Amino acid sequence: MELVLAIGIGTLAASGVWLILRPRTFQVIIGLSLLSYAVNLFIVAMGRVRSGAPVLIAKEAGDPARYADPLPQALVLTAIVISFATTALFLVVLLASRGLARTDHVDGQEPEA
Amino acid sequence: MFLLAVLVLPFVGSFIAALLPVHARNAAAWLAGGVALAAFCIIAVAYPSVTHGGVVGWRTAWIAELGLLFALRLDGFAWAFAMLVTGIGFLVVLYARYYMSPSDPVPRFFSLLSAFMGAMLGIVLSGNLLQLVFFWELTSLFSFLLISYWHHNSAARDGARMALVITSSGGLCLFAGVLLIGHIVGGYDLDKVLASGEAIRSHPLYVPALVLILLGALTKSAQFPFHFWLPHAMAAPTPVSAYLHSATMVKAGVFLLVRLWPALGGSNEWLWLVGSAGLITFLLGAFLAVFQQDLKGLLAYSTISHLGLITLLTGLDTPFGQIAAIFHIMNHATFKASLFMAAGIIDHETGTRDIRRLSGLYAFMPITATLAMVAAGSMAGVPLLNGFLSKEMFFAETIEIHDNSFVDQALPYIVTAASTFTVAYSLRFIRDVFFGPAAVGLPRTPHEPPLLMRLPAELLVLACVVVGIAPALTVAPVLDTAAGAVLGSNMPEYSLRIWHGFTPELLMSILAMVGGVGVYMMLRSYLLVNEGPPLLGRFSGKEVFDWMMVTLSWRLARWLESKLGTRRLQPQLRVLAATAFLAALLPLYWRGVPLADPLRTPFDLAFALLWTVGAACAVGAAIQAKFHRVVALILLGSAGLVTCVTFVWLSAPDVALTQIVVETVTTVLLLLGLRWLPKRIAPAWAEAPAGRIRWHRARDFAIALSVGVGLATLALAAMQHPDTNSISRYFIENAYVKGGGTNVVNVILVDFRGFDTMGEITVLAVVALTVYALLRRFRPAPESIPVPEQQHAQDSHDEAHPDRQKGDTAKDTTETASLMMRLMFPVIGVVAVFLLLRGHDLPGGGFVAGVAMATAFILQYMARGTTWVEARLHFMPVRWMGIGLLLAGCTGAAACVFGYPFLTSYFAYAELPLVGRVPTASAFLFDVGVFSLVIGATVLMLIAIAHQSLRRYAVPPQSGRHLGSEASKEELV
Repeated sequence: MELVLAIGIGTLAASGVWLILRPRTFQVIIGLSLLSYAVNLFIVAMGRVRSGAPVLIAKEAGDPARYADPLPQALVLTAIVISFATTALFLVVLLASRGLARTDHVDGQEPEA
Repeated sequence: MFLLAVLVLPFVGSFIAALLPVHARNAAAWLAGGVALAAFCIIAVAYPSVTHGGVVGWRTAWIAELGLLFALRLDGFAWAFAMLVTGIGFLVVLYARYYMSPSDPVPRFFSLLSAFMGAMLGIVLSGNLLQLVFFWELTSLFSFLLISYWHHNSAARDGARMALVITSSGGLCLFAGVLLIGHIVGGYDLDKVLASGEAIRSHPLYVPALVLILLGALTKSAQFPFHFWLPHAMAAPTPVSAYLHSATMVKAGVFLLVRLWPALGGSNEWLWLVGSAGLITFLLGAFLAVFQQDLKGLLAYSTISHLGLITLLTGLDTPFGQIAAIFHIMNHATFKASLFMAAGIIDHETGTRDIRRLSGLYAFMPITATLAMVAAGSMAGVPLLNGFLSKEMFFAETIEIHDNSFVDQALPYIVTAASTFTVAYSLRFIRDVFFGPAAVGLPRTPHEPPLLMRLPAELLVLACVVVGIAPALTVAPVLDTAAGAVLGSNMPEYSLRIWHGFTPELLMSILAMVGGVGVYMMLRSYLLVNEGPPLLGRFSGKEVFDWMMVTLSWRLARWLESKLGTRRLQPQLRVLAATAFLAALLPLYWRGVPLADPLRTPFDLAFALLWTVGAACAVGAAIQAKFHRVVALILLGSAGLVTCVTFVWLSAPDVALTQIVVETVTTVLLLLGLRWLPKRIAPAWAEAPAGRIRWHRARDFAIALSVGVGLATLALAAMQHPDTNSISRYFIENAYVKGGGTNVVNVILVDFRGFDTMGEITVLAVVALTVYALLRRFRPAPESIPVPEQQHAQDSHDEAHPDRQKGDTAKDTTETASLMMRLMFPVIGVVAVFLLLRGHDLPGGGFVAGVAMATAFILQYMARGTTWVEARLHFMPVRWMGIGLLLAGCTGAAACVFGYPFLTSYFAYAELPLVGRVPTASAFLFDVGVFSLVIGATVLMLIAIAHQSLRRYAVPPQSGRHLGSEASKEELV
């Protein structure tokens, strides 16, 4: 399981990094999204892989080690919402940039040949 | 305590003066003068307590944790200096009252002057070296403001900037040097530092510390090679020059040299560094002064020269040298202040300072002329004036043997030669300005100035004469006290007398006098026509300075920018990714990767298959994102779904829930955006890319692969590492006890880390408003303005049939879907509220509920179009956001009302009719705020983009080139 997840995270990250290094704005926005999946998964994985561990605690909390780690989950939960916000912002900026610069190159101008 | 009063008084005066109206000329002068006089009197009455080595101290904790004290310390030397600073300060204020024009903003002038005096007193009275450095930089700052007082004048601005750059860089060196001294001695207390001379001199860091401190002192005192700032500083109003050149600023440097001599002096390094700087400056300044055509320029170079003399005296590294230095500091202050005042009067009354134009002024202003002549005589070292006495001591000291090197043996001859120049420029000042034929063509007809304007100069000249005639009765005890404070028990025998018999130093004085007259006679004809000095005319410190400034602040910066900077995004991201990779790699490389543990959870085929799909989607999205955006978007969404399922697998239901709703909204958002992004069509035949591009791709691929493999390895290593004891334990143990919820993730979000969540929703609100604002003036790409191909086809089909209306085809094809979407609205709404309500105890919460509710709204937009929805549903997202933020903030603030910290949550059980006992926590209200804000923000962003389709844009006549004409056409709606 760990190995599969690790490879998955690696593939997402590699695809994301490849895309953010590309010259077209849409590639970058897709790349950022892929990268954020990778990072979110990575953070949750820091709570260790535990399938089927309880997340809801009983009223009289027993052994904390029985539960899935809630802290990375809380971090990632807000990260997801914030990454949606940044994606939206970036999308609008790229649309405006395309309208103004007449190109979808990330620098706002085509590179000299 | 009175020391504190002396130090604070000028700053208080400065502050009040700054508040006075612009025309309050007399009030400001009274204030500044009163402050100076009061400080002068307070210090004067303190005299009995500093005689015979007495020290008055006052200290209070400054930064107690670091053992730093704010210490004020007044000994004999500081007393003498403080008397000069405040006494001459008072006279300068009096003089400035008459000198400054009523049209100048005079309160500002007096405010700065008082503050400057305070800063100077701070240097003199500091009992702590760090504190001294602080006031040192303060003098640089206020002198900058004073020199640039007439800031409309570019010479004043340039001169002020040069003075600031040089003296404050010196101040930074001094700071570094003081830190080294503090390191050597183990403290910054002045008494302690002065007592540890031996330890400092024998320390390996002695030379660096000495050099750094000397850089500070020599820049301040305008010593070679930093002398050139002082002549440029004369663009300041003359009272400022009189003050800077006599009792303050340049004297701060020599003050520091004498002050620290017991700690730093007494070594070969001191003798050579300080001595040679002083000697060169003395000689160079005197030589250059002769050739100045500007009265103030002549005086400025003479100041440089005299400070060189003082520096040389301290540099000679003997106790007697220090006494002579202190004495000359006092004498120079008196005669130089009066000379500047006289020069100012001449400038004021005649309208020019050019020595070539001035002549025969004695006839017009005999009293001023007499004053200036006496002061210039003192400067030249004429007997019966104070300058003669200290010069005699100086000559006597140079005759002594120091290290018996060649320079030491030649010293008496060199200083005699330099002194002939001193005599020559003093003589020139007297002869050319006051005698000769009456000047013609002056801008104004000269006459005597007002009595009170002359009074300061009169008092100072009187001091010169009295000290010069009867030194033993006047200055001797003060000098004794001052020197005693520096030298302690090390006092040599000396006597202040006019007549010591026929001594070698008297012979040197006579030689200098005669030689000076001779030099003046020889150079007269040259001086009448030529502008600058011979030999050195081509070389100017200012040009070197300007060149350095341009090189450092412009050329070097530009060069670095062109070499290291780029405005292109790709190289920046490349560096970022590569750096991140290396930053993670290095610790792993050093510590090794702990991959040896066996896998902790068994292999699961379904999970592996899931990730086969996920990885394929990710790679596919990476490949397709350039030319097939919709495909890439679908693949991205699929990868997101795989991620979401993985969250479930990893026992993170809350995250999975949030992921799936956000995924939905993100996809809708990007789809809406794609409408405005013109198609990028792949070339039909794939031309082999150029070599450079292939190389770029290979490099990027390598970076991406490294990052991917690196992150995978890191994740694997971390996951195999046993769980550590993190703060999660605390959250799990206390979620119910303290937060009243069983869903720990939600309790963390709304309770334990509520403040973070508060910040995050604020960010969300800001982003939403930014998106909205950016789209208000959105101008899309011209290629995307026409109706899209598909819509065009549908519309033309409708138009071709008379029984159909425009838009019918689109409506027909989506009829079923649209009906379902409409029916979904209440269902999704109920689900969202359900998620919100159960959030505290079961998976759910404000974030996911908010986004889910937003999708309900969006579905309505998608089902029937913007116009239809907005005719029926009046949704005001900004209000939802505002209410949400307010609710979250108020819930937090309510805790403050009950005396708890912000965002402390409260929970209890409430008895509801029918429902029974339900847990209620104030954190729930906070979560409602989050919910409301998330709905508002999400809907605002989505419909802002959706609304673009309703606006009609002017289609450019020819897409492409005509940017200029395009810009003038605003959108119609």
